[in-house]
Amino acid sequence: MSQNTNKIMAWIDDRLPVTQTYEKHMSKYYAPKNFNFWYFFGVLSMLMLVNQILTGIWLTMQFTPSAEAAFASVEYIMRDVEWGWLIRYMHSTGATFFFVAVYLHMMRAILYGSYQKPRELIWIFGMLIYLALMAEAFMGYVLPWGQMSYWGAQVIISLFSVMPYGDLLTEWIRGDFLISGATLNRFFALHVVAVPLVIVALVVMHLLALHEVGSNNPDGVDIKKHKDENGKPLDGIPFHPYYTVHDLVGIVVFLMVFCTVLFFFPEGNGFMLEYANFEPANGLKTPEHIAPVWYFGAFYAILRAVPDKLLGVIAMGAAIAVLFVLPWLDRSPVRSWRYKGLPSKIYIVIFGFNFALLTWLGTQPATELLTLIAQIASVIYFGWFAFLVISPMIEKTKPVPERVTGGH
Amino acid sequence: MTLGMKKIFALVAAFFPAVALAAGGNVHLDEHLTDLRDTASLQRGAQTFANYCMGCHSMEHARYNRVAKDLGIPEEMMMENLVFADKKFGDLMTIAMDQTDSKRWFGATPPDLTLVARVRRPDWLYTYLRSFYEDNSRPWGVNNVVFKDVGMPHVLAGLQGLQVKGTAQVAVGFDTLTGQEILEEHHDVLYIEEEGQLSVEEYDKLVFDLVNFMVYMAEPIALERERLGWWVLLFLAIFFVPVYFLNKEFWRDVK
Repeated sequence: MSQNTNKIMAWIDDRLPVTQTYEKHMSKYYAPKNFNFWYFFGVLSMLMLVNQILTGIWLTMQFTPSAEAAFASVEYIMRDVEWGWLIRYMHSTGATFFFVAVYLHMMRAILYGSYQKPRELIWIFGMLIYLALMAEAFMGYVLPWGQMSYWGAQVIISLFSVMPYGDLLTEWIRGDFLISGATLNRFFALHVVAVPLVIVALVVMHLLALHEVGSNNPDGVDIKKHKDENGKPLDGIPFHPYYTVHDLVGIVVFLMVFCTVLFFFPEGNGFMLEYANFEPANGLKTPEHIAPVWYFGAFYAILRAVPDKLLGVIAMGAAIAVLFVLPWLDRSPVRSWRYKGLPSKIYIVIFGFNFALLTWLGTQPATELLTLIAQIASVIYFGWFAFLVISPMIEKTKPVPERVTGGH
Repeated sequence: MTLGMKKIFALVAAFFPAVALAAGGNVHLDEHLTDLRDTASLQRGAQTFANYCMGCHSMEHARYNRVAKDLGIPEEMMMENLVFADKKFGDLMTIAMDQTDSKRWFGATPPDLTLVARVRRPDWLYTYLRSFYEDNSRPWGVNNVVFKDVGMPHVLAGLQGLQVKGTAQVAVGFDTLTGQEILEEHHDVLYIEEEGQLSVEEYDKLVFDLVNFMVYMAEPIALERERLGWWVLLFLAIFFVPVYFLNKEFWRDVK
């Protein structure tokens, strides 16, 4: 039996590098043995991507992408389609948890300097995934054609009007003089076909680039410096089975949180499914308070913090763009925050919480006080990148150990 | 109306706190303690909805047979009492009123109410339906504290009676020694001037049931969703055990 299997595998391997690929990426991919809690969020992002694709496919089977029928078709899914409600909630809750996982995954990279040389391309691909994900989520939120779908789209698309030929550009994006069924239809096409293809392709690149240079770790040390006689890193362990069984623990815990929200708080208190979005889109009735879904909050807060519309859009664009060049801003000789100076450690924690604060601010009405807080938080956000550039000049780093510490 | 009568109704209002307008236009909303397990309440709410609301408001995303099944109403009873006109049991709960007509009559087409409890939230609905008051400057002679200048007439006025907004003596408690109530003058409170068929408590109960029904309608799967959720979490909790030990077993040899 096993001899036959071997023969079949040999036959296939002569024609397609299945075993070789499996070994390169799984059984002989050596990952540092000291991964901690933060290292779950990569695989969890992937889990949510799969969740979104699968539930998305089933949703398209019943969803009707037209201005007249979209809203009703979502309610049809929620009421008349067998298990339709579960698939819809998995998709809407999945969007939130996708962003939670991605944000924590990015924070991990920031804490441990995973974007530093030689992992710049991994970070760039990650940022491109994040950008595509934002486009994907934005267009997906338009599809149910509720009030917030419509007015959220109105706000976001109008941002493009500050660019040169802005009116022409926004008209081109909408496919109409105002947001209409034409917009909904093209967003549907982009949301279910174009952008997911891009995201999947970028995820493949992200992983190929990662497996080329190897994973970073909480100490930011290079495990390839110390190898045994077989050329296997002393601090490395094969991804499979060690990290597959390890990730499974994280996946089950994550699913418990995911399912708690899905089954008990599917509206996420109005942050995931906004209350106003249960009212069909009405171009003649502007909602009192137009708030983006929570995962866009931070950038929306930065946009509103600047009193001038053009400058606000530039600030928002810069807030995203600056992340792309992060690998070249960080001049520290060490990767992990563990070995950076105290000011760096403090600011990195502030940066994380500050981003969460901005996220919350973006979902709130812009009162005078909150706008002031958003302005301060925006300065703290951009300040961190400036600090990265100058901190190597003003603070001393601690010596980095030769081998990884802690772990198991 | 004498001050004495005002006092009596305001007293009742104090124990079943009606609406008081806070400064700045922020309206205090009374809490609706939604109970989707109370099938009798949902049935009464459905009855009220069919009798008083469905002339103008559809629930076009819902079907009669689903409501009947979920609320335990037999088909014949449902067809007799809650399904009007030539509707079939499996039909969507649409209405016959022409939208252009209704827009002319009310200034705005009465909205579909299938999802209103998810848009406005239960507390708002519960307060809104109890906050109509006499205002002769309005086309229907009524205004509403939580929805200023609303286009909707007070359909339930026959049951509630007609409330007036003004100053009244409100009983805020009892003197523990004499047993006499302690009165305070409150402005902008609602009190009933013309009594309706129901007492204040009965009317509150009716509105409670109606809102309960509307919450059910906005998400008919809610109860089943939570029931299933416990099983899913239980499964994950059990599944966690072998997964945890599998991981532990594999990692034993990692130093």
